[in-house]
Amino acid sequence: MIWLGRAILALVLLFLYAPIAVMVLMGFNASDLYALPFVPTLHWFSELAGNDRLIAASRNSVLVALVTAVVATALGTLAALALSRRSFRGKSLLRLLLLPPIAIPWLITGTAMLVFFYWTGIGRGLHAMILGHVALAIPYVVLVVGTGLASLRADLEEAAMSLGATPFGAFRSVTLPLLAPSLVAAALFAFAVSLDQFVVSYFLAAPGVTTLPVEIYTSIRKGFTPEINAVSTILLGASVALFLVFAGLTRIGGERERR
Amino acid sequence: MSGVEVQGIRKSFGGAPVLDDVAMRFAEGRFTSLLGPSGSGKTTLLRIIGGFEAPDAGTVTIGGADVTHTPLWKRRIGMVFQSYALFPHMSVADNVAYGLHRQGIRGAAARAEVARALALVELEGFDARRPKQLSGGQQQRVALARAIVTKPRVLLLDEPLSALDRRLRQTMQVELRRIQRDSGLTTIFVTHDQEEALTLSDRVAILDGGRIVQEGPPAEVYERPATRFAATFLGDANLFAGTVRDGAVATPSGPLRSEAPLPAEGAPATLAVRPEKVLPLPAGAAEPAGFNAVDATLRQTVYAGATSTLLLATRDGDPVKCFCQSRDAPALEPGAALRLAWSPTHTLVLGG
Repeated sequence: MIWLGRAILALVLLFLYAPIAVMVLMGFNASDLYALPFVPTLHWFSELAGNDRLIAASRNSVLVALVTAVVATALGTLAALALSRRSFRGKSLLRLLLLPPIAIPWLITGTAMLVFFYWTGIGRGLHAMILGHVALAIPYVVLVVGTGLASLRADLEEAAMSLGATPFGAFRSVTLPLLAPSLVAAALFAFAVSLDQFVVSYFLAAPGVTTLPVEIYTSIRKGFTPEINAVSTILLGASVALFLVFAGLTRIGGERERR
Repeated sequence: MSGVEVQGIRKSFGGAPVLDDVAMRFAEGRFTSLLGPSGSGKTTLLRIIGGFEAPDAGTVTIGGADVTHTPLWKRRIGMVFQSYALFPHMSVADNVAYGLHRQGIRGAAARAEVARALALVELEGFDARRPKQLSGGQQQRVALARAIVTKPRVLLLDEPLSALDRRLRQTMQVELRRIQRDSGLTTIFVTHDQEEALTLSDRVAILDGGRIVQEGPPAEVYERPATRFAATFLGDANLFAGTVRDGAVATPSGPLRSEAPLPAEGAPATLAVRPEKVLPLPAGAAEPAGFNAVDATLRQTVYAGATSTLLLATRDGDPVKCFCQSRDAPALEPGAALRLAWSPTHTLVLGG
């Protein structure tokens, strides 16, 4: 039976990674029709450098993702602190309200945001995308930071205060340094959620002001060029790098013991 | 001038009362144990004295000053937590220096204080280690050094020895007592371990159901327990219930006498005797003159090296215990008949 399991595992990995490998390879192939033999070239990357629309969209993507990461991490951390350390009215309701956005299809969230932003006069554009992305990213931050807080004993802050530290001083000198890996991981998570976001961005993009995933989609509809492979390769590289940093900080998939 | 006094302390959590009108004086420089089963409110009382919890009613004074509304970080107390609560991201030296830095003591002055505190707990040379690299006993010492280096007015200990193995716990008990004597700190120690409370303390207070049921020097509380709870929680006790008749208590095992005053003639009374005060005699042997004596049947002998515990039953089937040196333990099989005798001096009259 073990060979069957191995065969299924091999197939899963093949279907996951083979298309990505082909895409990356074709980003370096001279033919624009995916034709073989493979002729290595950096032509599509230099072509990409001259594509102002893709460059502008990339800049927007990174800008939106950076702002989202900072704002969502700050707000989500405050929420996680309140949920884990304080007791207040409506606490379970808040906990309940903060998590479903992860489960609600983005198509529905996106449509709802579009209607709501139109209604309230917020409109479309980068500011609307930032609002939407922050709202989408906060639940992830609450989850990641909340998990980090759960592994910190509350009596550490009590110990600090018994030694003369004010509540804020105890937070700054004890909780914050111990929580730092979770905060960085949460910020990376929020950054990735925003950078990879297509559906909500698609709804909230103003004409001429788009993010990279939206721009790629629009370009594909007009006709595919290997430039897309080139920009996807860059995006993939950045995402993998972020993921590795995230994995290193939270030690997911690692066997090192965490206190 | 740093004795602690609590008065009229009440506290309930979610409607359930945890402390019910507790009053107690903790004399300056003394080591006092709060002893009680879990849920008796002993940790809550300690946390109220420290300022970790606010009482619903009542006052806390330290050194004569009312600190009931003084926040934790201004109370100048030293606390050793059950989990030690060492800061994992700081070295041993930084952990100990933390409280000094909050007081504005830095640089060479702080280093000298840290070195002195680490010497007191015999951890010289461990300055640069992280808490994770220390054994449980060493972490315990760092927690103690951190709590006393700031010269607190009161040292609070919340079951600090309970996570250690038996041998290390005994070593730390001796250490703790030495450090407390050397520093002269008013110390309040929470424990559920009766032996630990007896060994360490100048005074013991027994808590049950949110009240202090008895308080006094260890020997007095042990030898003269006031209530049934105090007698059975602090040490073991054999209980004999009966009715007062002709200056003795008539029980199913026969009349028993005590030197302590008895309730009025005809009233119900409970007598108690500690298992180590009971002499196991052969069946039919005459007890020493004036001693109480009952017949019993051996159920089981529990051998524990130096000592043995005889588990017996009276004629009515009530359990009786007898501790003796293994050297003196009768070599008998379960089912054998014995006569148990003890002096009226050691016969306690329990209230409650």
